Amino acid sequence: MTTTLIADAPVDLDAEGFLVDPAQWNDAIAEAIARENGISELTDRHWLVVRFMRERYLETGTAPSIRSLGKESGVPVKELYQLFPKGPAKLAAKIGGIPKPKGCI
Amino acid sequence: MTELLEYPEAPETEPVTIEKVSIVISHGSLEGIYPGLIMANGARMEGIEADLFFTFFGLDAIRKDRFEKIKVATVGNPGLHMPTLVGAIPGFSWLVTKMMQRQMEKIDIPPIPEFIELVADSGARLYACKATVDMFGLTMEDFVPQVEEIISVGEFYEKAAGGQIVFT
Repeated sequence: MTTTLIADAPVDLDAEGFLVDPAQWNDAIAEAIARENGISELTDRHWLVVRFMRERYLETGTAPSIRSLGKESGVPVKELYQLFPKGPAKLAAKIGGIPKPKGCI
Repeated sequence: MTELLEYPEAPETEPVTIEKVSIVISHGSLEGIYPGLIMANGARMEGIEADLFFTFFGLDAIRKDRFEKIKVATVGNPGLHMPTLVGAIPGFSWLVTKMMQRQMEKIDIPPIPEFIELVADSGARLYACKATVDMFGLTMEDFVPQVEEIISVGEFYEKAAGGQIVFT
């Protein structure tokens, strides 16, 4: 675990760059992480996915699968991959300040 | 005179990552089809390019008339730990399939038709094996719309170039 300054706020990150404590997160941090991962600007559609991931994680303690992300977030699977080409679930979790999803689906 | 060889320092390199996988699905049973689909989906989730090549009975996974009726092989399947004769009882395969599907649904693994749609939507490309297609007398009409092309083994290798090949 390392502590880094992102968008002027100190945050604890794991080895892969995921926030250790979701409470340290804010919108500016999300935008900074997105830029670092090749997404220059977070659109409304990105935010929809990021917030859905985050809320679901905070409610249930696990990040949603790509299947339920596609069914329930309001953004279909095809579009998810257009928004987050390097892996929607993983990247939306990273931007949303929650741990890396552990499921296989 | 003996000379002491110094251990060469390992060069500083970027960690090796897989950029692309080409997965062959060759079995037509539920337990024969799922691993390949799960691996393809998992690859896409990591941002890894994925191709799926369906061959022999694996083609059942993309055949319109069969992909909703995929069953667990209950005969000759030592993994079930049941006598072969029990596995052969009519309706037994149906029952085991239902039980397995229920378990899968619990952990959010979709049924095969939905899974095929999911992997295709996530950007994996689906191909049917030409030799098998010819052997069974099939055409593109027999396949679900997600199938891009019927390709030969040679074309499969061309498409797989530069990536990893996984046979299931």
